[in-house]
Amino acid sequence: MKKAFPILGVVTALLLTYALYQALVVAPTEQTMGDVQRIFYYHVPSAWTAFILFTINLIASLVYLATRKPDADIVALVTAEVGVVFCTIVLVTGPVWARPVWGIWWTWDMRLTSTLVLWLIYVSYLVLRRFSSGGETPMLAAALSIFGALCVPFVYFSIWFFRTQHPQPVIGGGGSIDPRMLHVLLINWLAFSCFAFLICWSRYRLEKIQREVEQAHAMQSLITPRRDR
Amino acid sequence: MIVAREQPPSGITRASLWKDLRLEWRSKDAINSMLFFSLLVVVVFSFSFDPNAEESRAIAGGLIWVAFLFAAVVALNQTWAREIRNQVLDAYRVSPAPANSLFLAKAIGNFIFVSVLETLMTPLFVLFYQLRPLGPAWQLLLVAALGTWALVVNGTFFAAMSLRTRSREIMLPLLLFPISIPALLAMVQATTNILTGEGARVWIALLLSYDLVFTSACLLLFEVVLNAE
Repeated sequence: MKKAFPILGVVTALLLTYALYQALVVAPTEQTMGDVQRIFYYHVPSAWTAFILFTINLIASLVYLATRKPDADIVALVTAEVGVVFCTIVLVTGPVWARPVWGIWWTWDMRLTSTLVLWLIYVSYLVLRRFSSGGETPMLAAALSIFGALCVPFVYFSIWFFRTQHPQPVIGGGGSIDPRMLHVLLINWLAFSCFAFLICWSRYRLEKIQREVEQAHAMQSLITPRRDR
Repeated sequence: MIVAREQPPSGITRASLWKDLRLEWRSKDAINSMLFFSLLVVVVFSFSFDPNAEESRAIAGGLIWVAFLFAAVVALNQTWAREIRNQVLDAYRVSPAPANSLFLAKAIGNFIFVSVLETLMTPLFVLFYQLRPLGPAWQLLLVAALGTWALVVNGTFFAAMSLRTRSREIMLPLLLFPISIPALLAMVQATTNILTGEGARVWIALLLSYDLVFTSACLLLFEVVLNAE
């Protein structure tokens, strides 16, 4: 298992380099937007990766509530942290793309608003994790994760209905995509997913060791007799 | 020999609720602070926004609900204060009483407090902004009830979550606001639509389903939160 990590690291580095080359050089230039559109190859895979990580967070939280296994809690923590990072990338690359193309940094359209709310919910999850003390944190965090997941359909529906009542220009509209661009997009997504997996794995190991150290300290202070009595 | 009569869960809820209401009536701690706070909020808003009757109908919905939201947070923060001071929660945990009964009692108590507050604040708003609804006014009552319950049920749950966290008072809004965003959007849009005479049915339906989903989630998960240790 230990050997797999550096191998995966090298593979990920190669994939990311290849994906970068594909995105910046090989992919065809977009008709109306020009080269600025290439941000799309970072914006969309980051979004997909963030959504997948948040889904894993939900599953891990449910597993934790059912089985109380500490490993499930660590997976939930790790995926939330990395997911928030990728979600931040989406929220930063979005406006950076929007400004030169549509002239505005931000708009309260469907996609941007729902991503922002998702980001807010998961940042509050991380704040809860940071501020609550030891023993109860995994349970509280798991409960919050479920609340967040329940909230998602409401977020989408409410913002969609709000937008049909108050229409605004849609940013990054859907529709068909050139197959060569799709190819580059999928390569970037693969590279980002490997990278996310690598970071999650690394953080998982770190968290596990940290908890073992804390437990060892706690045991030590219980066993060692106090000399100043 | 003293034989304890086994209480049905609804009896426990009623007893707990009645106790809270009686305590509050005697001291009037929470209601006085909430009342004064709400008055201050309304006055500050009046200085910030000075609209004529036409404009005020368009923005009053948002203003009213922001004021109610802040007032609700003040109410929610003191929900469990008495219980913490007197170690009541520990006693409750070892008793055979179901956790949900306590939760419902607290949630209904908070609902009553915030509703009283809203009843007292609304005339002020009508006065300062010359509000006159163009749509059916009875629907405003429905929106107020559903919206208040949405804030209060999640707020009581998150207040219990924040009990043993650092910075307890700030933790509650940090957790509550992101999850409440769909409900807030629905409340504000429903109120604005009723005031300007447009349809609010979809928003009311959204609020109702939000209330049902999150009340169920709170009831299912409160045991977990109460016993998290």
